[in-house]
Amino acid sequence: MRDVAIVAFAQTHHSATDQGASETELLLPLFQDVKSRTGIKRFGFTCSGSCDYLIGAPFSFVSALDAVGAWPPISESHVEMDGAWALYEAWVKLQHGDIDTALVYGFGKPSQGSLREIMTRQLDPYYLAPLGADQVSLAALQARAYLDSSGAKEDDLLAIAARSRRDGRDNPYALHLDDPAGDTAYDVAPLRAHDVAPDADGAAVIVLATGDRARELCERPAWIRGIDHRADAHSLGARDLSRSESTRIAGLKAGARDIEVAELHAQFSHEELILREALNLSDEVRINPSGGPLAANPVMATGLIRLGEAAARIHDGSANRTLGHATSGPCLQQNLVCVLSGETNG
Amino acid sequence: MSNHVLEFPGGYTRSVGPVIGRFLSELRDGRLVGVRTRGGRVIFPPTEYDPDSGEAVTSEYVEVGPVGTVESWSWVGEPLASHPLDRPFAWALIKPDGADTAMVHVVDLGPFERGAKPPNFLKAGMRVRPRFRGERTGGIGDIEAFLPEVTMINAPSRLEFDLKPGHALDRFLEGISEGRILGHRCDVCGKVMVPMKGLCSSDGVPTTEEVEVADTGTVTTFAVNNIPDPRAPAVPFVSAYVLLDGADGAMLTLVAGIPADQVRMGMRVKAVWKPREEWGATISNIRWFEPSGEPDASFESIKDYT
Repeated sequence: MRDVAIVAFAQTHHSATDQGASETELLLPLFQDVKSRTGIKRFGFTCSGSCDYLIGAPFSFVSALDAVGAWPPISESHVEMDGAWALYEAWVKLQHGDIDTALVYGFGKPSQGSLREIMTRQLDPYYLAPLGADQVSLAALQARAYLDSSGAKEDDLLAIAARSRRDGRDNPYALHLDDPAGDTAYDVAPLRAHDVAPDADGAAVIVLATGDRARELCERPAWIRGIDHRADAHSLGARDLSRSESTRIAGLKAGARDIEVAELHAQFSHEELILREALNLSDEVRINPSGGPLAANPVMATGLIRLGEAAARIHDGSANRTLGHATSGPCLQQNLVCVLSGETNG
Repeated sequence: MSNHVLEFPGGYTRSVGPVIGRFLSELRDGRLVGVRTRGGRVIFPPTEYDPDSGEAVTSEYVEVGPVGTVESWSWVGEPLASHPLDRPFAWALIKPDGADTAMVHVVDLGPFERGAKPPNFLKAGMRVRPRFRGERTGGIGDIEAFLPEVTMINAPSRLEFDLKPGHALDRFLEGISEGRILGHRCDVCGKVMVPMKGLCSSDGVPTTEEVEVADTGTVTTFAVNNIPDPRAPAVPFVSAYVLLDGADGAMLTLVAGIPADQVRMGMRVKAVWKPREEWGATISNIRWFEPSGEPDASFESIKDYT
C-alpha cells in the first residue's frame, strides 16, 4: 500500500439560510485557498460528491467543475454520495501509483428544497418511497428502537445535542445555536428539533498526497492508516436498527483502536450512541470537537468534513490518532471509517 | 413558494419483477404474503434475495398476518403534505405473524390535534392489523394504514329520569330560590340538619322546626379532583364538606377562589351566589364557596364532623 495523507482541508462558513452563492460560488474560494496553500495548480485526480436532487437539476455537479479549472481536460470523477466516498475513490486511485496528488470535494445547498422529503427519493421505490416515508420519520424509528433496546433516555439525546451545540459555538465554520431545552417540541417523536442535524448550505475541500509529496506539502500530514466502508440491508425491517453492523465491520477493517478524537457523521443524536457502540469508542474518546453534524449539516459535505476535522486535529498537533466517519442511506445504512495518524507507521 | 419542480407528471412507471409483483398482486386481493429463503426464513415484504446472504429466494410464498407486531415506531405530530395521512400518525416497523422481517408502514391511531404528543399506548409490542382500501390497485398504499387490535369498546349508556325532591327538599330549594339556607332542628337532640330531610337521622323522629342558617362556614374535609366536571371552574378543583354556621351537619359543595393545594381543614368559607336573575329552585344558585378571609377555625370546633 502507498502511504496517503490528508495534507489540506478547507470548508465554508456553513449557513442555515441561502446566502446568495450558487454551489459553484461556494466552492471557488475553497479551491483558491487549497491551491495557494499547497502551490498545486493541477491535481493528479479530482473527485467530488454531491446530490443532483438537492437542487433538482441533472448533472448539476458538472457546473461545479468549472470552479476547479478543468481545461485542458482533467482526470475527474463524481459520486452521487457524500464527499467522503469521493475521498475513498481518490485514495483507491492514488494506490494505482501513477499520480501523487488528488483534489476531493463535497458540496450541498439544501436551503432550496425540503431535504427530508428529497431524501425519500433515495428509498426503495416499491415499498418505501410511495408511502412518503421521510428521512426524519425513519431516523425516529431507529431512535425508538435504540432507546427501547439500550435503556437510554431522551435526556441522553439532549446531552449530545447540548455538547454538540456548545462545541459548535467555538467552531467558526459551524452554525451558532442556543443550548437546547428538554421541553422543545417533538419533530418526529422521539426526536426533538435539536436532535436533528440543522440543514446548512456549505462545501468542503480536501487535498490528498502520497509519501514524500505529502511531507513537502504539509508540516504534519494526517496519514490514512485504514479506510473501509460497508453497507447494511436497505430494508429497515430486515436489520436490527438498534445497532450498526456495517460500522462495526468498517471500524474493524480500518483499525479503529487507540483513537483520541472521533468525528462522527451522526445526523441525529441517537446515531452518535449507536456509532460509539459499533466503533467501541470509550468515554475517553473526544467525540465531535467541531460540534459535528448537529451543529451544521452541509449535506453531501458533512461526511467529508468529518474526515477533514479529524485530519485537522493531527495537522494542529492536538491529537496523534483520530477517526473520521461518514454515513449514507437511511438509518445509517452505509458507513465509512477512516483512521488517521500523525505517524506513517502509527 | 417554489419556482422549480422536479416531477414525472402522472408518476414514474416501473416494472416490478416476479417477486415484488406476486406480493403486490396478493396485496390487491387483500392478502399479505412473504417469500421463503433457502434457509427457511420468511422475508416480508418479499425481496428477490435473502438480505443476509444475498442468495436468491425460493419460489415459495407464505401467507402471513394479517395481524402483526409493532417493533419500533416514530410519531409524526405535524404531518407533511407528502405524508399519507393529514392528521398525526405513527410510522412503524410491523412484523406480521409468520414473517421473520418487518415492513415500514403507517399506524393510524385515530383523530389527534396537530402537534399532539405520541399517545402512551403507542409502544413496541402493540398488535396491529391492516385496513385495506376498498379500491385496490396493486401498490403498497393498498393498505391505507394499520390499526390497533381491538382492546376496548365504547358502549352507549344513558337513562333519563324525572326526579322529584320530596316535601322536605322542595322546601329547602324554595328557600334557596329566595337566597336563604334552611334546615330543621330536631326536637330530641337539638341538632340542625341542612338540608333537612324532615327527619332526624340520629333519633329517627320527624322534624318540622325550620331554622335559617348562615351562608358562611368551615371546611371539615375536602378532596382534590382531577377529572373535569361541568359544574367546577377548572381542573384540579376541590370538593369539600362545609359545616355552615348554625348547622350541625356538613354539606357537600365546591370550593374555589384558592389554589387546590392551599385548601385546608378548618378554612373559613363563604357562599358565592350566582346573580339573582339566574336563580331557580336549585342548589346551583350557590356557585361554590370561597375563602372568607377569616382566621381558620380550630380543629376542636369541627372534630365531630370530620
